[in-house]
Amino acid sequence: MSKVDAFPGGKFDQLFVNLGPQHPSTHGVLRVGLTLEGEVITKAEPDIGYLHRGTSKLAEARGYHQCVALTDRWDYVSAMPNNLALCLAAEKLLGVEIPPRAQHLRVVMCELNRIASHLLFLGTYGIDLGAFTPFLHAFREREMILDLYEMLCGARLTYNYIRIGGVMADISPEWASKTGEFLGFFKPRMKEYDDLLSFNPIFLARTQGVGLISKEAAVDWGLSGPNLRGSGVDYDVRKSDPYSGYDRFDFSVPLGKAGSCWDRYYCRALEMRQSVRIVEAALAGLPEGDIVAKGVAKTVKPPPGEAYAHVEASRGDLGIYLVSDGGPSPYRLHVRAPSFVNLAILQEMLVGCKVADVVAILGSIDIVLGETDR
Amino acid sequence: MSELYPKPVFSKKAGRLLKTRLWPTERWASPWSQPQYRRSAGMLAGIIFGILLVGVVVGELSKWGDLLYRLLLTGTAWLHQTLPAYGAPAGFLGDAADITWISFKVIVIVAVINLNGLWAVWWERKLSAHMQSRLGPMYAGGFHGWAQTALDAVKLLLKEDARPADADGAVHRLAPVVVIVPAVLAFAPVLFGKELAAAKLDVGALYVLAVSGVSVIGIVMAGWASNNKFSLLGGLRSAAQVVSYEIPRIFAVVPVLMFVGSLDLAVIDQAQQGYWWGFFPRWFVFWFPAGPLAFLLFLIASLAETNRVPFDIPEAESELVAGFMTEYSGMKWALFFLAEYAYVLLACFMLSVFFLGGGAAPLPFLAIVPSWIWMLAKALAMMFLFMWLRWTLPRFRVDQLMDFNWKFLLPWSFACVGLAGIMLLWI
Repeated sequence: MSKVDAFPGGKFDQLFVNLGPQHPSTHGVLRVGLTLEGEVITKAEPDIGYLHRGTSKLAEARGYHQCVALTDRWDYVSAMPNNLALCLAAEKLLGVEIPPRAQHLRVVMCELNRIASHLLFLGTYGIDLGAFTPFLHAFREREMILDLYEMLCGARLTYNYIRIGGVMADISPEWASKTGEFLGFFKPRMKEYDDLLSFNPIFLARTQGVGLISKEAAVDWGLSGPNLRGSGVDYDVRKSDPYSGYDRFDFSVPLGKAGSCWDRYYCRALEMRQSVRIVEAALAGLPEGDIVAKGVAKTVKPPPGEAYAHVEASRGDLGIYLVSDGGPSPYRLHVRAPSFVNLAILQEMLVGCKVADVVAILGSIDIVLGETDR
Repeated sequence: MSELYPKPVFSKKAGRLLKTRLWPTERWASPWSQPQYRRSAGMLAGIIFGILLVGVVVGELSKWGDLLYRLLLTGTAWLHQTLPAYGAPAGFLGDAADITWISFKVIVIVAVINLNGLWAVWWERKLSAHMQSRLGPMYAGGFHGWAQTALDAVKLLLKEDARPADADGAVHRLAPVVVIVPAVLAFAPVLFGKELAAAKLDVGALYVLAVSGVSVIGIVMAGWASNNKFSLLGGLRSAAQVVSYEIPRIFAVVPVLMFVGSLDLAVIDQAQQGYWWGFFPRWFVFWFPAGPLAFLLFLIASLAETNRVPFDIPEAESELVAGFMTEYSGMKWALFFLAEYAYVLLACFMLSVFFLGGGAAPLPFLAIVPSWIWMLAKALAMMFLFMWLRWTLPRFRVDQLMDFNWKFLLPWSFACVGLAGIMLLWI
């Protein structure tokens, strides 16, 4: 066959396959070096860094307000929680109080974004397993959310909507009615996804019992978000460390049982239902008032100190560690990116699986390479 | 303080940004009130009615074929008598009529395969699009993008024929040929209507199943010669899959052959004419219990044979990029594609001949529409089923695929043969 090192170590029963960085199912520029024995994987080495942009370093030369724009580029399919995490950390440094209307709007936007992000996951996961149609159905609904965002702040993906001290713009009555229209359209569709994909026997055969993560392993590897909850560990930042007024809303945290690909998948499907509940409650009980806190200047200079804030982003526990030296830009910005931490378990999970399971497992972890590499 | 931030940019002209993009809630609120929707529905009904009308006017195609052949015979006979008068030797005209006739049939078969490629790709794109709330091709040609695949074919012809540097050149070039030639050959005895086939073979059913199995060699050759590990895996998967599913597929036909007692497709077609109680068609799919079971088994095995979802693991896009086709471009790639759709059409015609009564009309009074229209309609209905399944189901894993074949399909196909034997004994 090939003249390159196809058979590592001169052993002809082993085949080295490069999955990525250009491969339809790695969801970006992830490279996984697979060593195969027939169709069975004996070794897997995830290789990241193809999308590294050095946002932590870039932040050191930018003002705090400008840093918010950087956060949009991490997890570009759900940018609102990224904005929120940085703003929460900066607001902790500044010590400002956020008006309740702004807090509600932040919650609405983050939850809508969670729906959009989970819809993207649901669709691409279907594609990974060969079902193309759920993808476009999911994108039809996601498109409506993006339209809502475009109506709200002019951007469809990189919103820069949540700002330090509040939010960028208030919602219009038309926006609220459009959101209601979307939710009315979306709620019956979730049942449709279940019929089309979630409980399809082939889909179940492909995902149940595949890519098992035990409770202990999930905690040991530091997983968060639906990947952790899929294994049955009840940890959600919105519940355990409420921020932005999440404790005022009534919602439950769906948990998986077995920790298989299907549990992680279905956790996200159930989370969408909870997000719909939160959005409806938040829009119904939207308080009047300002959308920006008093006393946030154009150039903020927080007093020297450090702050850590974390939010439940669509992919897990997104933490921001911010150090200020009193200057106009952060001294240090560190990101605990959920995709990056979640990806690490891949090398352990893939060993012993079939090649076809690689995409099922990789897809179920739901990484965004923009966030992994930052 | 809120002046600090820019006001959101709305489209002042449109009133709101969403004006240019209709949401599904607005787009499909009341489809029948939209004139273009009504017009398209009317057009579709008109096309179907027009085809039926043409069928009624033209009648059976086989009689036109016989007429053409007789004309050819008289023509050559006339030449045979006339030419010697002008001093030309008489001997070479001996088989001219037959040679012309066979070439004509070959051209028709190749045209059927090519047109099927153009039509099926366009249909699949439109069908999948409408299942996914899209429109699919809409521009090329004017009416619903009817020229899209023809123009795609032109593009493929003009494309660079790229070949990996370390590929096995001869095998790489040969593989598409090995795939497409059996596809054309397999169409020889296929019945397109009553007595309408390119070649009358006594062992037609056996011939079709045997010849269509040859293509897998080309797929393995393509996988091997591409010097690409994904291609190699795809080729090997394909070999394992097609060889395995061949067995239940052939066993699913056995009940039909037992009912008829002949391998000739025309005889199988003939045996399903007529109606029970004057209205219920005597198609083999209704010969309970072996008939419907064999139909399902044959359908599932045919899906696997033609590498369609949920059995498309040889070219599993999300795993193996494009499987054995990864390193092919331009017309070589198009040949693989053409062969795939030719096999789909072949499987659909086989399904309609073996189980759906071939050219028989579903109800007695519909027999004024000739058999070739019914044959085509049944084949296209089966093709619709193939596409429907393709755009609905996810894909099996390779080991589940094998389990499904050896542990489920094969035992049931044996049981089906047994059932057919019992039916013949006591019914």
